[in-house]
Amino acid sequence: MKLSLGPLLYLWPRDQVIEYYTRIADTSVDIIYLGETICSKRRMMKTADWIALARELSASGKQVVLSTLALLEAESELSTLRKIVSNNEFMVEANDMAAVQLLTGSSFVAGPHINCYNNNTMSLLNKTGATRWVMPVELSRDVLVELQSARPDGMETEIFAFGRLPLSFSARCFTARANDKLKDDCQFICGDFPQGLTIYTQEEKPFLTLNGIQMQSASTCNLIGAVNECKDLGVDILRLSPQPHRMETIIETYRQVINNELTPDEGEKIIAEFLSVEPCNGYWHNQPGMEWTETIE
Amino acid sequence: MNKHNIELVCPAGSLPALRAAVDNGADAIYIGFRDGTNARNFPGLNFDLKAAKKGIDYAHKAGAKVFLALNTYPQPARWHEWTRAIDQGAELGIDVFIIADAGLMQYATERYPDIRRHLSVQGSATNYEAINFYHQHFDIQRVVVPRVLSLSQVRSVIEKSPVEIEVFGFGSLCVMVEGRCALSSFVTGESPNTCGACSPAKSVRWEEVGDERRTRLNGVLIDKYSPEENSSYPTLCKGRYKVNNNISYVMEEPTSLNVLESLPELIQMGASAIKVEGRQRSPAYVAQVTKILRSAIDDCLANPDEFVTAGKWTMQLDKIAEGQTHTLGALERDWQ
Repeated sequence: MKLSLGPLLYLWPRDQVIEYYTRIADTSVDIIYLGETICSKRRMMKTADWIALARELSASGKQVVLSTLALLEAESELSTLRKIVSNNEFMVEANDMAAVQLLTGSSFVAGPHINCYNNNTMSLLNKTGATRWVMPVELSRDVLVELQSARPDGMETEIFAFGRLPLSFSARCFTARANDKLKDDCQFICGDFPQGLTIYTQEEKPFLTLNGIQMQSASTCNLIGAVNECKDLGVDILRLSPQPHRMETIIETYRQVINNELTPDEGEKIIAEFLSVEPCNGYWHNQPGMEWTETIE
Repeated sequence: MNKHNIELVCPAGSLPALRAAVDNGADAIYIGFRDGTNARNFPGLNFDLKAAKKGIDYAHKAGAKVFLALNTYPQPARWHEWTRAIDQGAELGIDVFIIADAGLMQYATERYPDIRRHLSVQGSATNYEAINFYHQHFDIQRVVVPRVLSLSQVRSVIEKSPVEIEVFGFGSLCVMVEGRCALSSFVTGESPNTCGACSPAKSVRWEEVGDERRTRLNGVLIDKYSPEENSSYPTLCKGRYKVNNNISYVMEEPTSLNVLESLPELIQMGASAIKVEGRQRSPAYVAQVTKILRSAIDDCLANPDEFVTAGKWTMQLDKIAEGQTHTLGALERDWQ
């Protein structure tokens, strides 16, 4: 089973992005998704910068996939998408049906924001060219069992295993709104929140995370306890979503569990020690996504 | 200008609501079956086969069409429930299937090529390339566009798409891109995509603490109200939460979408249909909204340059709207 690093969901300064991926290049992660998936206004890293970074990471032995925007509305966004789709070096991850349309006929990844909930849709995606799909985050292990049983030949399965869950998108920029700014004059306020901006209930419980036009969970999804189940189910790739701190430790802990050097519950304990927020894994267990079930070996 | 060149599409969660919509001038009525195959899967709501048959007959006699919403995402174990619903809809003589899932769209296309197919708002098509995908694969005739586009983006989608475009005109406002929101399942286990439910009633708890009223969704505090405040149903994107140490409606206030102000432009740019949200609403509500929108559309079609009376209808609509207020939503840039 391989490990991937999902696309960076936050706005970080360019130098920090480069430095981060330089460190990631030295980890045992197999696949790296690069590119802006949230907001087309974020241009600290331009498409050409992402492609240059992709070449460097590819040269260091990583498989690189270029990720694309999840919500496409403006013509300018479609033209950026076309530019990425027509790169002749790297596989592309589609996060909107516009990308599926433009990628038809080439080998691509159907990302987590493509609604693939059943085998008929999976076959259709496969016929258009998808050779890998990322399960929508709200689906459970039980659904995965059925989807795996009729998976088309040559279709790899990737699961969102670690990180704040991507839960929704809007036309509205919630980070701008929370900071009394208009989206059209946002001054890149989301750059002030390198892990998003936590919202709390009126009982002070961390609830959700604002990340521009995206809502994420405040808790961190962690499926390290399910690594062996994923292996048994024929999952090909576990996706870890970038966070600014301790990413290398997270990657290597997952790697050790995959290699049977740690048991899943040992891995879970290691990660629990430095997580600053509560974990969640409810979706996997067919429960509300915010729930957590501890792994007991 | 042809008087009927923009269709008024109204909701019905019951036979009386369907009759109310037909009687008050709806061109088309959309309905769902009594199960998870549609995105208003509420207890006691929607149509069994007998009621659907009666409703279709009633509408057809009055020259109105009936659309069947099958706009949730079927999972493997229950796939056959969705295909059976398609078969039943065809048998009943439904005019249109409203579908979100690509796999199900394929089934409908192969089995019933002669029945019109509309891509549901739950299909999340916000641009013409996504629409091209569904058009090329399934020959869809119309797309209901998500409530995230600005007016100029709606215009662009209409100009560049090979299919008809339906826009939401009035009703509850989804703040998130439809078909891509898992907030409800994160908290309750049920979402629009998986179960046809958002913030389902079975997960709601109302509490009185002193003179304060609190609303919870599966235990999560969505809002609390002082005695002088009106409390709202705890839809989780319309609760008050704390961010940067301020308590506010972080995502959206309880408010209704009302696009009457932009109706002349929507007609001028060639929108094919205006959709009213609210299959969960009463027949009386459906009657009122249908009547007001019918008058507004007819007036606007007759005198597009003098459509200055939107305010009159807006006042009437505000009285029955969620939170008694309205917004143009994403059509207006500043909302975003």
